[in-house]
Amino acid sequence: MNSRPWVIARKELLQLRRDRLTLAMMVALPVMQLLLFGYAINTDVRHIPTVVYDQDQTAASRDLVQGLSATGFYDVLGNVRNYQEIESALRGGRARVAVVIPTRYSSDLKLSRPTQVQLIVDGSDPQTVASATNTAASLVAARAGELTVQRLGQGAARAQPIQLETSTWYNPDLRTAVYIVPGLVGVILTMTMVMLTSMAIARERERGTLEQLIVSPVKNLELVVGKIVPYIAIGYVQMTLILVIGSLVFDVPISGSLPLLYALASVFIAANLAIGLFFSTLAKTQQQAMQMSFFFLLPNILLSGFMFPFEAMPVPAQWLAQGLPLTHFLRIVRGITLRGADFADMQMELVWLVGILAALVTLASMRFTKKLA
Amino acid sequence: MTEPIVHTENLSRSFGALVAVRDLNLSVQKGEIFGVLGPNGAGKSTTIRMLCGILDPSGGRGTVVGFDIQREAERIKERIGYMTQRFSLYEDLSVQENLSFYAGIYGVPFGRRRKRVQEVMEATGLTQRKKQLAGTLSGGWKQRVALASATIHNPPLLFLDEPTAGVDPVSRREFWEQIHRLSAEGTTVLMTTHYMDEAERCHRLAFIFRGSLLDIGSPDEIVERRNLSVVELTTPQAVAAADCLREHSFVDEVAPYGHVLRVATYAGDAAEPQIRAVLDEQGIPVDRVRRARATVEDAFVSMVRAEHKQQEAAA
Repeated sequence: MNSRPWVIARKELLQLRRDRLTLAMMVALPVMQLLLFGYAINTDVRHIPTVVYDQDQTAASRDLVQGLSATGFYDVLGNVRNYQEIESALRGGRARVAVVIPTRYSSDLKLSRPTQVQLIVDGSDPQTVASATNTAASLVAARAGELTVQRLGQGAARAQPIQLETSTWYNPDLRTAVYIVPGLVGVILTMTMVMLTSMAIARERERGTLEQLIVSPVKNLELVVGKIVPYIAIGYVQMTLILVIGSLVFDVPISGSLPLLYALASVFIAANLAIGLFFSTLAKTQQQAMQMSFFFLLPNILLSGFMFPFEAMPVPAQWLAQGLPLTHFLRIVRGITLRGADFADMQMELVWLVGILAALVTLASMRFTKKLA
Repeated sequence: MTEPIVHTENLSRSFGALVAVRDLNLSVQKGEIFGVLGPNGAGKSTTIRMLCGILDPSGGRGTVVGFDIQREAERIKERIGYMTQRFSLYEDLSVQENLSFYAGIYGVPFGRRRKRVQEVMEATGLTQRKKQLAGTLSGGWKQRVALASATIHNPPLLFLDEPTAGVDPVSRREFWEQIHRLSAEGTTVLMTTHYMDEAERCHRLAFIFRGSLLDIGSPDEIVERRNLSVVELTTPQAVAAADCLREHSFVDEVAPYGHVLRVATYAGDAAEPQIRAVLDEQGIPVDRVRRARATVEDAFVSMVRAEHKQQEAAA
């Protein structure tokens, strides 16, 4: 091969091979983040420590406690005998939920009188509250329905009052990992691609080799292409790594077309490389390049919809987020892996990505010239 | 006279209010070793960068290897070699990898690349160290690799920006042998330097001071034009003698070298008796006096000093 981009790419790979630390980082980083995010960030609250204050002490009340425990959301730690004990359990953090069953529970049920079961929830963590109350409410509603049917006897079943039947598609168990892992593909690509490109050029500037390249007949485009092609390859390796581990360890499904995902990812990767390139024109040292990359990463994580729902953000924040390549790639990667979206579904996101890419490339090439000063 | 390989007319460059290079007129002939001298910040590197086409001039024009430095910079870049002050090598690549990278960048065809790298390594004595990482080489060896990289594509014109900074005397001498060999093969060399002994090894010199050209010519011509006669004297009271001599207008410069005072004067053949007379009058004993050859360094210091005086008078 004789073309200059290839000569430059080969040199980049040679350097990368000698730079064990960077190489290790490029593999270790995605794996570590994947395990951290996959295991630690978990918004499905299960196994909530629970105490029971059963004032009724009948078969019916024990049956209700059994039912709650069987959902898997509540770990019943034991019974308490009064409200003071409930308070101390919640305050001390030993329990997050207390269930209080009144004395008249079973007799009320027999006489088909309305009865109340009290659920006391530690509200300091809103996530727990939502999870605990939803589960309990649906359980109690189901039980009430059963009881009504039982009481009326067969044949006399009356039409139920309006019932809302929720059916969750694509991620029926609502497991967070399924949502987070594909998103991580985007976050990790953003992080490594921006950082590696900006540092790769800042390094040449820092060591004076950029001046040597500028004075050579190498063309701007050849230099840029030669510099970024190795990193595109690395980006794909990282992406594959995350998807494979995600599917093996976290059971993340890949419902859609992988070739489509890999094809669309190229635009996203290119956009990040252009950002890195732009940063490298501003940074004089590798350290500055690194700082800029981290500075850029934060809004990406917070605004793109990776951590918080896009729809929940105030409108100006949404505008800002639309300008981030990650926002659109997250929709693409989640759409394709989880919902099996096809090209037509993802067209708009592609249009956005291409638009952002074009703007970035213009910006970067305006700044990146082969002249000094 | 053939067409000069480097030619500038009123070449200028400012950075904001600072004028780094002012109305520079230079002509370098093919095959010459041309030295650009000047103190730090005189505009030497700025000049070289403009000639290489990596810095646009803010005024004037210039041609290098027959191409316009502003409009045809990319054509120039194919035909020149450039060695920066810092020997810009990839420290994490081996000698051979560095050379073959630059061979690729300068468009040495793939089939000939390996052979060319070997040739250059042999010529510069690098074959033994071809597997060594550039970062682990000493200054002198780095300089050899940098020179080998800059000449990998056999350029007709070679720019060297302070090529011997931080290199030991033996390596410097070997480096100069290389330069003369290249010159003999027809390569034109344009270099900047601080070292006056190196300046004397150039065919022609240009003196730059505060962005302006002070003088241009062969080392002998430049020294003769200053019309200095230099005397070296040995005296036990060197400091007193120096102070006393500096007060006289026929003395241009007094520089101590150990026990010896080197006195540059404008007095021509009368320098020796005049100095003796001045020192006798003050009762300063003189052990030995002898005429010495005026050097480029004497000329350089004298020129810069005169320029300072002129500027002070103008201010």
